[in-house]
Amino acid sequence: MIFLLMMALPLLGALAMLVPADRFLRTDSSVRVFGTAVSGATLLVAVSALTAFDFDAPSSAGMQLEIDRSWAPAIGLRFHLGVDGISLPLVALTALLTFLCFLYTLRHPPAGGRIRLLTALLLVLEIGLVGTFVALDLVLFFVFFEVVLIPMYAVIILWGGPARQAAAYKFILYTLLGSGLLLAGMLLVAVNAGTLDMTELAARHGAGVSHGVQIAAFALMGLGFAVKAPMWPLHTWLPDAHTEAPTVGSVLLAGVLLKMGTYGLVRVALPLAPHGAQVWAPWLGLLAVIGIVYGALACLAQRDLKRMIAYSSVGHMGFVLLGIATLTPVGINAALFGNIAHGLITSLLFFLAGAVKERWGTADLDALGGGLLGTSPRLASILTFASVASLGLPGLAGFWGEMLALLGAYRPHADLPRETFVTFMGVAALGAVLTAAYFLRMLAKLTHGPPSGVSAAPGPAVSTQEYAAWVPLIALTLLVGLWPKTLLDVTTGPVHALFGGG
Amino acid sequence: MIQGIDYAAIAPPLILAVAAIGLLLADAFDAPRRVLGLASGGALAVALAAVGALAAGDRRATFCLPDGLRSGGPRSCSYVADDFTLLFQGIVLAAAAVVVLLSLQEITDSKIPVGEYHFLLLSAVIGALALVAARDLILLVVALETLSLPVFALVGLRRYDGNASEAALKLFLVSVVSAAVMLFGISMVYGATGAMHLDRIAPALEDLPADLDPVAAVGVVLVLAGFGFKVAAVPFHFWAPDVYQGAPLPVAAFLSVVSKAAGFAGLAIVLALGFPAYAHVWGPLVAVLAAITMTLGNLLALRQRTAIRLLAWSSVAQSGYMLAPLSVGTHRLPEAVAATTAYVALYAVMNLGAFAVVIGFHRRPGARAYDTLDDFRGLARSSPAVAAALAFFLICLAGLPPGVMGLFAKVVVFRATVAGDVTWLAVVMAVNTVIGLYYYLVWAARLFAPGPAAGDAAPGLPVRAAIAATAAGALVLSVAPQIVLQTVAQAT
Repeated sequence: MIFLLMMALPLLGALAMLVPADRFLRTDSSVRVFGTAVSGATLLVAVSALTAFDFDAPSSAGMQLEIDRSWAPAIGLRFHLGVDGISLPLVALTALLTFLCFLYTLRHPPAGGRIRLLTALLLVLEIGLVGTFVALDLVLFFVFFEVVLIPMYAVIILWGGPARQAAAYKFILYTLLGSGLLLAGMLLVAVNAGTLDMTELAARHGAGVSHGVQIAAFALMGLGFAVKAPMWPLHTWLPDAHTEAPTVGSVLLAGVLLKMGTYGLVRVALPLAPHGAQVWAPWLGLLAVIGIVYGALACLAQRDLKRMIAYSSVGHMGFVLLGIATLTPVGINAALFGNIAHGLITSLLFFLAGAVKERWGTADLDALGGGLLGTSPRLASILTFASVASLGLPGLAGFWGEMLALLGAYRPHADLPRETFVTFMGVAALGAVLTAAYFLRMLAKLTHGPPSGVSAAPGPAVSTQEYAAWVPLIALTLLVGLWPKTLLDVTTGPVHALFGGG
Repeated sequence: MIQGIDYAAIAPPLILAVAAIGLLLADAFDAPRRVLGLASGGALAVALAAVGALAAGDRRATFCLPDGLRSGGPRSCSYVADDFTLLFQGIVLAAAAVVVLLSLQEITDSKIPVGEYHFLLLSAVIGALALVAARDLILLVVALETLSLPVFALVGLRRYDGNASEAALKLFLVSVVSAAVMLFGISMVYGATGAMHLDRIAPALEDLPADLDPVAAVGVVLVLAGFGFKVAAVPFHFWAPDVYQGAPLPVAAFLSVVSKAAGFAGLAIVLALGFPAYAHVWGPLVAVLAAITMTLGNLLALRQRTAIRLLAWSSVAQSGYMLAPLSVGTHRLPEAVAATTAYVALYAVMNLGAFAVVIGFHRRPGARAYDTLDDFRGLARSSPAVAAALAFFLICLAGLPPGVMGLFAKVVVFRATVAGDVTWLAVVMAVNTVIGLYYYLVWAARLFAPGPAAGDAAPGLPVRAAIAATAAGALVLSVAPQIVLQTVAQAT
C-alpha cells in the first residue's frame, strides 16, 4: 500500500495543477512551494518505506511491502507492486532527487515560466520513475517505463536550451524505439512461460523457455534497456538531451532516468532470459568497455561543461554495464552500487553546471575562464568535490562501483570466457585513468589559475536553496563512499537470490 | 420449406431500416433539418439499446438451414447474433452516432440534401451491422455491398465539388474491382467445397482432394483481397487519402472508423470460422500485408502537411497494427482475434475523437479548404480544452502514456503477435510505433506553439458534444483499459 500512496501523492499534486490559476495557488512562488511540499511528502513516504522494510529478512523472502491485485485477467495482467534490496535504494533516490529538484526550483526556476506545467510534469515523471522501480508485472512495468517519456520530452522542449527541439525529438524517438523492442522481448518470454509476473518468472530462472527464445528475447530486451542506459553506440541521444535540458531535467535524466535501463537489465532481462544473457554477456561487456573509453575520450574533447558531464555519464554507465555483463554477484552488486553513486554524484555535477550557467550565462569552458577558486571559492570547492568523487577517488561513492566492476570482470561467471573479460578489465582500467584526466583538465581550466574570462566577475554567493539541494548529495556521497557496506548489504541478498543462491 | 425468422436477433438492422425509410419519406414532406438529424441519431440510439438488450440474453441465430436441407451437417445459420457480433454492432452503432453528431453542422454548411444524407448513412450502417453478423459468404458479400454503395453517394453528395466527385469515382472504381475479385474468390471456394456457409466450408476445406487445393488456396487469397480494400490495407489503400480529402469530413470519419471496424470483423469471421484449414496460406500473407501496410502508411503520413491527409495515412498505418494479430494463423487464433477486436474498439474512440476536433476546427471562420498542420498553431492558447483533447487523442494514437488506452491497444497486439510466433512482425511494429510517434508528436507540438489565435475552435453544440463524448471515453478507457480487454476476451 505504501507505494500506492507514494504514487498517489504526486498524482494528486499533478491533478491539482489542472485547477485554473485564479482559483488555486495564484502566484508562481506558491506553486513552487506546493511542488516542494508534495515531493517532500512523497519523500517522507519513501523514508517510511525504508523504515518499514525489513533489512534482516532472508533473501529467500523475496519482495516486501507488496500489493497484488488482479487488473485485467483477460491478458493475465496484475497490479503487482513490491520492493527488494535491488529496487529500494533506487526508489529512495528517485524521491530524494525529485524533492531536491523542487527545492532548487524554489529560488532558481528554469527560464521559460509556466511553473504550473513544470510542477505537474515533474510530479508525473516521479510517478513513472517510482512505478518502474516497484512494478512486478511485466506489462505494468512497461506502462510505467513509458510514463516518463512525454513529461521528459515536454521538459526538454519547453524549458531547454537553443537546440532543444532536435534534442527532445531525438530523446523520445530513440527511447521509444528501445521500448518497442523491449516490449516485444518481454512478451516473448511472457507468452512462452505463460505468466507476466516478474517474481514468478525470476524464480523459474528461465526454466520452460527454450534456449533460442531466450537468446532472441535477451537481445530485444537488452537493446531496449541499452538505449535507456545508454550503451555505446546507442548513446547519441544522451549528450544532446542532457545538454539542452534545464537543470532539473538534466538532474533527473542523469540521476534516475538512466538507471531505468540498468535496473531493467538486472530486474527483467537477466532473470527472464538467463541463458540468453550468457550468450550475449561478452558482447555487452565489449560495448560497455568501448563506452567507457569512448566516453572518456569524448569528454576530453568537450568545451562545454554540461556536455562534458553528459559524456561522462556514458563512461560511468559503461562501468555499470560491465558489472552486469560479468553475470556474477560481485559484478551485479557493483552495477547497483554504481547506479546509486552515479545518481548522487552526477546529479550534483548537473546542479553545479546549472549554477555556473545561471551565474555567468555560459557553460563554455574557455569563455568561463579560470580562477574560480579565487573568485567563487564555495562553488568551486563543491565542484572540485563532485569532480573527484566522479573520477573515482577512494573514500567517495564513485570509487566502489568502478572498483567492484573491475573486480567482477577479473572473475566473471564460470561459463564466460575469462581471458576476454580480463582484457575488458584492463581496457576499462585505462578508461578510469582517462576519466581522471578529463576531470582534472576541467578543474585545472576552471578552478585554478588567475581569474580570467567571464567568471572573473564574482557571481552571486551560493544560495540557501542551492545548499539545501546540494548538501544531502554531498553527505550521501561521503556516507556511501566511506561505509559502502551500508548499501552493499542491502543489495547482496537479492542479488544472490537472482542467481539461485540463498 | 419454411424458414422461421428470429426478429429479435435482427432487431438492430431492422430498426435502422425502418428509420431510414421513414427519414426519406419525412424529407419528402419537408420535415425540418433538425428533426431529421434527431430522428437519425435516435434510431441509432434505439438500435444500440436493442444490441444491449440482446447482449443480456443468449446467443441467437436466424436464417438457418431447415432440417430437411441440413443432411446431417451443422446448423448453418446465415445471421448469428453472438457476443462477438453484438460487440462489433455496439462499436459500429456508437461510432455512427458520433458521426451523426459531427454531420449535423456539415450538412447545413455544405448544402448537402439532408434526407438523402441520413438515409444513406443509416443504410451504410445497416450494411455494417449485417456484415458483422453474417456467417455465410453470400450474406457477407451482400452486406459488404450494402455498406459500400451508400458510401459512394455520401462521398459525392457535396454537389458541384470536383474533388468530391473525383473521390466518389475513385472509391467506386476501387470498390467495384475489389468486389469483383472477391466474388471470383468466393466462386472458387464454392467450387472447391460446394458450400457457402462458413461452418460447412471449414470442414470441407479440411479434407479437400489434393487437385482442388490450388483452387481453394487462390479463392482464399482473393477473398482476403476483397476485405483488404475495405480496411484500406496495402495494396488496396490508395483510395484512402484522396477520398478522405474529397469527401465531407464526417463521411471520412465514417470510412475510417465504422467501415473499417466492420471490415475487420468480416475479415476475422471469414478467416477464423471459414478458412482455418488454409491458415498456412493466409497467415504469412496477412503478416506481410500488415508489415507493408503499417510501414507504408507511417512513412507517407510523415510527409503530409494537411491534417486530413495525415489522418488518412495514419489510419492506413493503424490498419496494419490491427491486421498484425491475424497473421498468427491457427496458432492461438482466438487470442489474436480478441487482440484485433480490442484494437478496433480502442482505435474507434481515439480516431473519432481526432476527427471530431479536426471537423470542429475546420468550421472556424476563415478556414481554407484544407487545414494544414501549421494552421493548428496557437490552438492551445485560443481553445485550451479543444487543444488538450486533440493532443490527448494523438498521444493515444501514438500509444504513449498518458494515453494509456493506446498503449494497451499496442500491448495486446504485440502480445498476440508474439504469442503466435510472428516475432519479426512485432519488431517491425516496434520500429513503426517510433515513426508514428514522430508525426503525431509534431502535430501535437504545433498546438502548443505560438501562433495566431484561431477564434472559436469548435463552434456548435453537436461538435462539442462529440468531442466531449470521445474525450470522456478516451479518459475512462485510459484509466480502466480493462473494460475493453475483459469484454473482448469474453466475446471471442
